[in-house]
Parts: sequence; C-alpha cells; structure tokens
Amino acid sequence: MSENAMPYDKPLPSLTGLHGEFYAWCRDRELRFQRCTGCGRYRHVPRDICAHCSSMEWEWARSSGRGTVFTWTEVVRALHPAFAAATPYAPVVVEMEEGVRLLSRVVDCAAGELAIGMPVEVDFLEVGDAVTLPVFRRSVL
Amino acid sequence: MFKDKACIVGVGETPFCRKPGSGLSEMGIQLKASLSALEDAGLKAAQIDGILPFPNVGKAEAFAASLGCENLRFAATLHMGGAAPVGSLRMAAMAVTSGAADYVMVPGGWNGYSGARVRETAANDVNSIPGGEIARDFYLPFGLTAPPQWYALMARRHMHEYGTTEEQLGAVALAMRKHAQLNPAAVMHGKPLTMADYLASPMISSPYRLLDCCVETDGAAAFIVTTVERARDLRRKPVYVMGAAAGQPYPADEITNRADFHRTGLTNAAPEAFRMAGVTPADADFAQIYDCFTFEVIQQLEEAGFCKRGEGGAFVEHGGIELGGRLPVNTHGGLLSQAHVLGISHVVEAVRQLRGEAGARQVADAEIGVVTGWGDFGDGSIAVLRR
Repeated sequence: MSENAMPYDKPLPSLTGLHGEFYAWCRDRELRFQRCTGCGRYRHVPRDICAHCSSMEWEWARSSGRGTVFTWTEVVRALHPAFAAATPYAPVVVEMEEGVRLLSRVVDCAAGELAIGMPVEVDFLEVGDAVTLPVFRRSVL
Repeated sequence: MFKDKACIVGVGETPFCRKPGSGLSEMGIQLKASLSALEDAGLKAAQIDGILPFPNVGKAEAFAASLGCENLRFAATLHMGGAAPVGSLRMAAMAVTSGAADYVMVPGGWNGYSGARVRETAANDVNSIPGGEIARDFYLPFGLTAPPQWYALMARRHMHEYGTTEEQLGAVALAMRKHAQLNPAAVMHGKPLTMADYLASPMISSPYRLLDCCVETDGAAAFIVTTVERARDLRRKPVYVMGAAAGQPYPADEITNRADFHRTGLTNAAPEAFRMAGVTPADADFAQIYDCFTFEVIQQLEEAGFCKRGEGGAFVEHGGIELGGRLPVNTHGGLLSQAHVLGISHVVEAVRQLRGEAGARQVADAEIGVVTGWGDFGDGSIAVLRR
C-alpha cells in the first residue's frame, strides 16, 4: 500500500549503515532482524555486536511478522510540526515472536481499540520511492 | 567514598517566568544564578576552580571566563539531561574530596519558555536528542518525537501491569500544585488545582494530559560544593552529602527493548547512594523527585525504594506525598508547578529545607532529604543530604 499523492513531509530514516540495511529489507516487504550466529539471539535496533555473547557474527533473519502490542500512546497534540495534521495517532511498541520489540504503528486500528497483548502482524507502508516503513495490522489469528 | 566529606555551601536562583521571558541569554541567566550562589556562600568567583555546566552554555571555559574564575582546573559536562544537576552534585563531591578542585560551581537553567521550546525543537537536532540516530531512524518516522510520548509508553505499561490509575497520576499533579501555593516563587502560585480540573485538562499523549506535564519556564539556579573542612570558614551552615550515585537504564540509548521495562538509571543508583549514606529511604524526611511528568514521580519513588514496584500509585494517593503526608515530595512545587529549570531547583529546595529556610512549606525538623534527577530515556541520579 502507499500513501496518497500528497508529498510526504514527515521525518524519514537515514538509509545508511545497518539502519539502512534494515530499511532495505522493508523495501522488499520483509521484516528482518539481526540474529547472532554465535548465540542465536535476535536483536533490534541494529548493532555491530551481540551484547549477550560479544559475537560480531550475525545474519539478517526473517521475522514471522507476528507480535503483540506491548504498550502505546495516543498523540493528541503533535509535538513535532510534521505531525500537526496527523493527530490523533498512536505510536505502538510491538513485541515480536522473536523477542525483540520495535516502535511502529497499527494502521487499521483506532487508539481507543488498542489493547496490550493484542495480536498484530506486520505490513509495509511505502512513504517515498526509497523508504518503506514496517507497520502493523490487527492479526486475524 | 565521600560520605559526609563534601557539602553544599551556597545556592542561588533567578526569578522564574513564563512571559515575557528572562531577557538574558541562557549563559547570562545561569551566570546570574551563580552570582547569587556565590553571595550566599560568601565566596568570590576567583575561588571557584571547578565548574560542571549544563551542555547549553557550551564549554566550561566560556562560563569561567564570564564569571571570573581565574584558576579553573576541573570541568566536565554530564550528558544526562535532567539527571545532570544531581549527577553533577555527585561528581562535584568526588572532585572536592579527591582534591581535584576546592570549590565546584554547578549551574543550570535555560529560557525554557521564551527561547526555543522543547516541545517544538526536541526532535530537530539528532545530536541533541536521546538515542541520536536510533531516534532519528526508528522513532521519528513513526511520530514518537518528544519526552511526554516516550514516557507515556512507560506509564501505560505500568498502569497495565500494576493497575496504576489516572487519578493516581492526578494525585501527583495536585500535590505539586498544592505545594506551589506555599511558594511565592512558583509560577503556579495562586493557581490551585482540583482533581476535576486535572481530569478535564486536554490529552497531550495518553495517558498524559496537559496537567501531567511540567511547566516550561525561563529560569536558572546554581549551587556550590566544597569539602567539610573548607566549609567551616564560610558564611552558611553546610548541607552534607551523605551519599550520591548515578546510573543508566539498559539499554540507555533505546527505550523499547529493555528486558525489565521499568528499570531506570535510578534502580541501581538508589541502593548505592543509600548504602553510602548508611540510611534507608524510610529515614528521609522529604524527597525532591524530578517530576518532568506525573508518572515519573511514581516510578522513581518505586525505583528509589520508597515503596515496592507497583505500589507507587497507592503511595501518592490521599495526600501521601503532600506536606504532612508520609513523605513530602517536591515541597517547592517541582517542575510541575514551581518551574522547569532542568532539575537543579530540586537541589536548591533540598538545601533550603535542610537549612530550615523553606518558610510556609518547611518540613518540621527536616534532617535528611533525598533529591533525584531523571533525564533522557531514564538516566537517573540521586543524592542523600543531611543538615
């Protein structure tokens, strides 16, 4: 899915380094997290080294895309000018099956319907030619 | 390490205002507070040989040049946001007891209202926001841009796990506002607050309403630390540093992936500070708790050990943290109702309480007080002080 034809004016991630690699997978509509090939743990946000076993060896492992809502907030008054017209909206922390959490949005659910523990699954939102954000939808499971 | 060997010998504050502004630069307003602290201590600027400035004045050299500190030999800046003033108090105690400096000035403040306001600018400079590139690449694109939103995520989870209620958040706002009615210097002096007012205030970032948020203010404060021996020659009775510590959550640069979501920098720092002090939280006669938002008071009361985790909501209810309650908290009105000058006014108020100078809001016979700092994604600092 893609946003409407209006120019996209919200902050975009840089596409450099490991952060850029994460978003490159998103552009291919795949949610992948680093998995340490030393101890097997997943990690997010991307980092150079495994904080558990100190291994610098890792791979981009594909996520199941499934998770649950861990916490959220409904932003009613925007505190960044780029989001002034977007309120209300709800940043959500999703806890993935792999154990990592990421900050995202549940795009098919009003804030009043969000609940901690609610199952969600990943979707992808194209916000420009170069950037696709991982977002979530209510899981049908 | 430095228990009872370092002390605060001078405090100073500027007036606090929310319009038309201080009329001074951020350097200027902190220099003004520093002059006030020097006067209070009976020291001359040339005697200050250590400065721990907040990042917004730039390097300590510039501050020393303006103030007239001719023998600067110890300077550092802590990048802990609102945890910096109490963290700097600890660092100053380490410096004077080690001999690295004789008299350390800790200034803090800003034009938080008339200058570039946090709510508009926090996300604009990737180098100035906690998390830096992590925030830029993983939070800002999703609209998580500012402190009330970060901490609302914590508050929501706490409410889910422990049943903390909106009214309990409101009880914090009401206590701070009540204390401000006893403090003529507070920006909310003369503006009492009811629970109905609180619950009717507009939502900012749920569960945080407008009245869960501190007041952006122009103002500054400063304090001076030296050794107990040097303090004997000075004007004021010293306030002793019994113990102090600082700490970081893990990971400190990323807010969502904490194995223990409620662990903050204070979780480890508080036991260290109390151990050094040789007292327990129950020995405190009052606490000045960094109150950027209401829930952070509840969270820090828990993590500092004033109550068990999950019991902070009940602790603050029914006047528990008001004057006359089990633990008077933020007797000056705090960031929520006195002024938001980056937490340094909490130190000043603790000193005034322990000197018996708090006027209508004085805690009777206050002997031991605790002051905390909170910054960035949960950096923590704490000091246990005594008269």
